[in-house]
Amino acid sequence: MTTATTESTGSSEGIPATTSSKATKVLGWLTLGGFAVLVALAFAWVPEDTRITEQGDVVGQFDAVRLMFVHVPSAILAYTGFGLTFLASLAYLRWRTDWWDMMAHASAEIGVLFGVLTLVTGSIWGRPTWQTWWEWGDVRLVTTLVMVLVFIGYLAVRRIPADVAVKARRSAVIALVGAVNIVIVNRSVDWWENRTLHQQSTLIARKIRDETLFTLSFSFAVGMVLFAWLLLHRFRTAYLQSQIEELEVNEALAERRAEAGIDESPGGRP
Amino acid sequence: MFRDAWLIAGKDLRIEMRSRVGLNQIVPFAVTVLVLFAFALDTDQEALRTYAPGLFWVTVLLASLLAIGRSFAVDLADGAADRLLLSGIDPISVFGGKAAAIAVQLVVLEVLLGAGVVLLFDVTVHRYGLLVCAGLAAAAGVATAGTLYGALVAGLGVRETLLPLLLLPVVAPVLIGATRAFQDAFGVAGAEGWAWLGLLAGFAAIYGVFGALSYGALLEEA
Amino acid sequence: MESAVRLRAAVTLLGRFPALAGVDLDISPGEIVLLKGPNGAGKTTLLRLCAGLCTLSTGQGWVLGHDLSSERRMVRRRVALLGHRTGLYDDLTVAENVGFWARAAGAGRQDVDEAMERLSLTGRLADTRVARLSAGQRRRASIASLVVRRPELWLLDEPHAGLDQQTRDTVDALVRGAAAAGATVVLATHELERIAVLEPRVVSVVGGVVRGDDPPDSQSPNSPSDAEDDRRVS
Repeated sequence: MTTATTESTGSSEGIPATTSSKATKVLGWLTLGGFAVLVALAFAWVPEDTRITEQGDVVGQFDAVRLMFVHVPSAILAYTGFGLTFLASLAYLRWRTDWWDMMAHASAEIGVLFGVLTLVTGSIWGRPTWQTWWEWGDVRLVTTLVMVLVFIGYLAVRRIPADVAVKARRSAVIALVGAVNIVIVNRSVDWWENRTLHQQSTLIARKIRDETLFTLSFSFAVGMVLFAWLLLHRFRTAYLQSQIEELEVNEALAERRAEAGIDESPGGRP
Repeated sequence: MFRDAWLIAGKDLRIEMRSRVGLNQIVPFAVTVLVLFAFALDTDQEALRTYAPGLFWVTVLLASLLAIGRSFAVDLADGAADRLLLSGIDPISVFGGKAAAIAVQLVVLEVLLGAGVVLLFDVTVHRYGLLVCAGLAAAAGVATAGTLYGALVAGLGVRETLLPLLLLPVVAPVLIGATRAFQDAFGVAGAEGWAWLGLLAGFAAIYGVFGALSYGALLEEA
Repeated sequence: MESAVRLRAAVTLLGRFPALAGVDLDISPGEIVLLKGPNGAGKTTLLRLCAGLCTLSTGQGWVLGHDLSSERRMVRRRVALLGHRTGLYDDLTVAENVGFWARAAGAGRQDVDEAMERLSLTGRLADTRVARLSAGQRRRASIASLVVRRPELWLLDEPHAGLDQQTRDTVDALVRGAAAAGATVVLATHELERIAVLEPRVVSVVGGVVRGDDPPDSQSPNSPSDAEDDRRVS
């Protein structure tokens, strides 16, 4: 996982040849190890979800409940990603630095990734629990779907070649609208069906078992480490890309000036 | 500010009245969509009556994409967009004017399409006040959000494909709210129509403010 | 008195193409400046930069005293740019077009009448839709809708290209009139001999860089279509 990019000290222009660093390696191994522990906990330690009703019937989600340890952290990571995009876009419009723009881009991509994962796992989980792949009456699922669609549009805009500042400004506006939109969509979908199938605040009410709660918290922790690892790599990729673009522009500039018959003395008069 | 917005809206509407693209292309397109819905749902008059509000608003949203795209294409056709920038008109006025012109066109479309729904889908209107208010509020909401995104994609080579992707998820609340309000107005479901009207008005207000504030940043990019 | 145009190491990128690769230029108020150079040299981008329509990627620039990085909106309302595109609405009449741009600039009814008169757009022509006009008539209508703004800086990009004799004369009269009224005129054209009588300062643009002032001479005109016209920042 961590060794996806080869180690190197960097190129002659002072641009690092890899997005990997000591920090990402630590995070990468932590993710890997954490994930192994999570799998063990989720499958071996947490018991299946069963209850015995007063009539003596055995009910519950059985093994399907283990999907929780992927679905719930995914959803949280997706919204962390979108939230970070929102904040970074706000910061970009305030300070207009490329750093915030790249941060917005990186976190939006991770947000979409986990958003899709949330929808897929939610669907799979819904099949045995709610007897349907998709439940329109569930506010959070529908909201997440619309949110993912909005940010797919955001990424589509980011893919259009344009001046760096123009693209950054345009993207920032979309991210802000998207974030405002999520509140409106959430409220309207809530009123639309006025009911939700999700287990309301089971976490706070402590109706779930200690093993499950521990494993769920652990999955959050692993998710956060994974998020940080991905974000660092993605951000550095964006940075490297911007460096390459800068080099290309400088090269084109030199070519253009050669066309004019000027030697290399940036900004100088002939 | 209002004078300039009025100027822009008047210009856009006059062009639409002259060119008749809305009347000759967008309205027939919308009616065609209604007919296709009828084919898709079979000859079941009851089903058409039940789903008429939703079908009506899906049709309006699809047609609105054309109206929004057209509003910006007119400016881009021969460099008028540059001159608008050079005119020094406040971006807020440009936003207000273009949104108002689009809203007026959407209202006209809604009236014509509403007549089509009454005729083709055999619905009867129970609450005219609610119908009119919801129609106006929804038009304002779609127009403000649409103008914001229209400006965002204007001048991009891929604007025809990008506008639907960006706009439709955002106006989903309008579809929900307007459909519920119309269900109430048509008497096909006991929804709380006036509460939904509040959502529509809120949506229009939020996007109106947001669009006015961010339009300058978008126009800056020339 | 401050310069009408003042550029220092101005670089403008169109996408990743450096249309302007470090321009230094000073133009005094009231000057007539002719931009000379091969197609794709950056003349159109230079004019658009001065109009506040292109962004300054690096370097500095001021037009009519306003900073091109932070006060482009102030620049925009004080200049007039006559480009290859007319800026007119096909479905409106000539009078409606000129009237619209006049009101957008805060000009009055009288300015409209005056401009229409000056560019011989009176009578039936005034009530004709732009879509039905010839290229020369369109250009005249386009100029009329700029005249009403009373710009302090005229930026003319190939104003003679593809026009009939009458309209070419009109363009020349416009430049003379603007100069007489004290406005600054910057124009890019291949028709050097037409402009020579106005004794402009000739500035040569090559490879996105201003090469310095040249004495006026009549070089053979190239094709008027600039390769860079279609490259626009989006």
